[in-house]
Amino acid sequence: MNSQVDSFILAGEAFNSRIFIGTGKFSSGQIMAEAIRKSSTEMVTVAIKRADPNIHSDSILGFVDKQKVRLLPNTSGVRDSKEAIFAAQMAREALGTNWLKLEIHPDPKYLMPDPVETLIAARELARDGFIVLPYCHADPVLCKKLEAVGCAAVMPLGSPIGSNQGLKSREFLKIIIEQANIPVIIDAGIGKPSQASEAMEIGADAVLINTAIATARDPLQMASAFQMAVSSGRLAFLSGLSNESRQAKSTSPLTGFLD
Amino acid sequence: MKNSSYSELFAHIDWEETTRFIYNSTCSDVEQALARKGKGGLKDFACLISPIASSRYLEEMARVSNELTEQRFGRVIRLFAPLYLSNECNNVCDYCGFSFGNQIPRKTLTITETLREAGILKKRGFKHILLVTGESSRKVGVDYLLQTIDALRPYFSNISIEVQPLEKKDYSKLISHGLHAVYVYQETYEKRSYSSHHLKGRKKNFYWRLNTPDRLGKAGINKIGLGCLYGLTKDWRTDAYFSAHHLEYLEKTYWQTSYSMSFPRIRPCKGEIDPIITLNDRDLVQLVCAYRIFNHELELSISTRERPELRENLLPLGVTTMSAGSKTTPGGYGESEPELEQFEVSDVRSPEEIIKMLKKNGYDPVWKDWDSSYDLQPSIDLSYQSKKQINPQKTVLTKTL
Repeated sequence: MNSQVDSFILAGEAFNSRIFIGTGKFSSGQIMAEAIRKSSTEMVTVAIKRADPNIHSDSILGFVDKQKVRLLPNTSGVRDSKEAIFAAQMAREALGTNWLKLEIHPDPKYLMPDPVETLIAARELARDGFIVLPYCHADPVLCKKLEAVGCAAVMPLGSPIGSNQGLKSREFLKIIIEQANIPVIIDAGIGKPSQASEAMEIGADAVLINTAIATARDPLQMASAFQMAVSSGRLAFLSGLSNESRQAKSTSPLTGFLD
Repeated sequence: MKNSSYSELFAHIDWEETTRFIYNSTCSDVEQALARKGKGGLKDFACLISPIASSRYLEEMARVSNELTEQRFGRVIRLFAPLYLSNECNNVCDYCGFSFGNQIPRKTLTITETLREAGILKKRGFKHILLVTGESSRKVGVDYLLQTIDALRPYFSNISIEVQPLEKKDYSKLISHGLHAVYVYQETYEKRSYSSHHLKGRKKNFYWRLNTPDRLGKAGINKIGLGCLYGLTKDWRTDAYFSAHHLEYLEKTYWQTSYSMSFPRIRPCKGEIDPIITLNDRDLVQLVCAYRIFNHELELSISTRERPELRENLLPLGVTTMSAGSKTTPGGYGESEPELEQFEVSDVRSPEEIIKMLKKNGYDPVWKDWDSSYDLQPSIDLSYQSKKQINPQKTVLTKTL
């Protein structure tokens, strides 16, 4: 499979890598930068609340090679649509990008996305020219509505952020993927390369990984492992996986004598 | 829960019974709590702060705590600095350097002086500051705090306060000017002991203080800091249990607010008392680990009250937030006047030295983890607040046994 051929298009832009990386939780900027390189990602998310564009020594921005990866500011920390819209406008001005990962979680404990506020903010921001990638629950109807208000992709969760529980929402993700006309990026809860691979096998367009890499004993090696898992899952999806069956299937057909 | 408050729930728990319950914890209780990573709630917390957990399971607790902390927060430590605005105080408290009766020079910073202090902190890299005062509504009232926040707003990403408890309407006003968090420690949840240390002034009113986090929650504050002052009460384990109980109530009631826990131990100060008990380092480690296992998302903060080597050793055990290079006197960053201070700091290292220490230990120092613009939005809509009543019988652990 030629990766050039399999690039995926997001908001009119082609990406060769199907892995997005979150920049939180790394033990140093250097390790983060190296993990980004190892993962071959072309898109990294940055929390607006941590970004300090005025300072060169910013603990995140200072280490990201903007020639190689696109910055995707996220609104982590906001609690409603008003705060999200304000944060988005600020990020556009400060970081010079209209790309935005919209995340609104009024609940600081499990960081569950607020579907109502997310839809309100997404509509407004899309109208205002933002390329909106909303973090949301694995809710097929909500994902269609987000698509209808002009989002460039949807980012449903696999399980709670940072929980490493994998695709607990698998059956709903499959419906979302089946119905979507925009890319589906599985956002939260992927804790192992095998789970990233699983997300790609069921047809996700990309995955976003942070905790699993940043908090691994060896984040660099883990970044490589995820890169391979995502490529292999994608390749499996494209190759057409055989259906699962509870019974063994005979390879020589029982009705072959009729031919 | 809009009109209720913690004191109603508090009335249903008995101090002695809770203490007995903690002390009666068995090895199997602790093992279960560790196996389910504290998901058994307050019951798990009670056995994790028991003597048997300390003597037999501390290392295992530390390992679980470390794992949970790294998963949730990564290897990062957020840094903040306290900015003491005033040492004026109308309360008489027998453990505090600012106590009304103490013959010390009193000082309240003017806005110009505050800006000078703030400038020094900003130059050192701080983006998160904690404004601290004594309790004097005349000298450091709401208007003074509003003016101070307005003046500091352009220079900091995150402004918190540790001042006298206020009315809900005053908190709402401060929040609308950009206040992010309020730290209000109950000091002790044991009423008799509370009365014996808080002799005069508004702080004498136990319930006024106890219900302060409710007023904050109703005002829609972003973060509330809780804690006890360890050394005031003999049964420190019971005090720790009550703060966990308080935290659980608040988290269920004001679910959009995040929470912080601190573990101050009594430090020497002018007009000091000797602590009734000494919380030793092993006890402090147990507290940190127990709170982390109980609540995986809680901010755990360790101040410069603690010694450098202890702060370093606490890094992997659950701590997420630290102050650095702190001065506990009003105007202390510009000039040094030790006779004005609230307590003596133990870790006198500069922020640069703290950064070096963090990096050496494989931790990323985080100066900015918030944006001031988030706090300038109108307060959140409280119609989101849960209407469900918490049944006191259900959440009071010792009653269900």
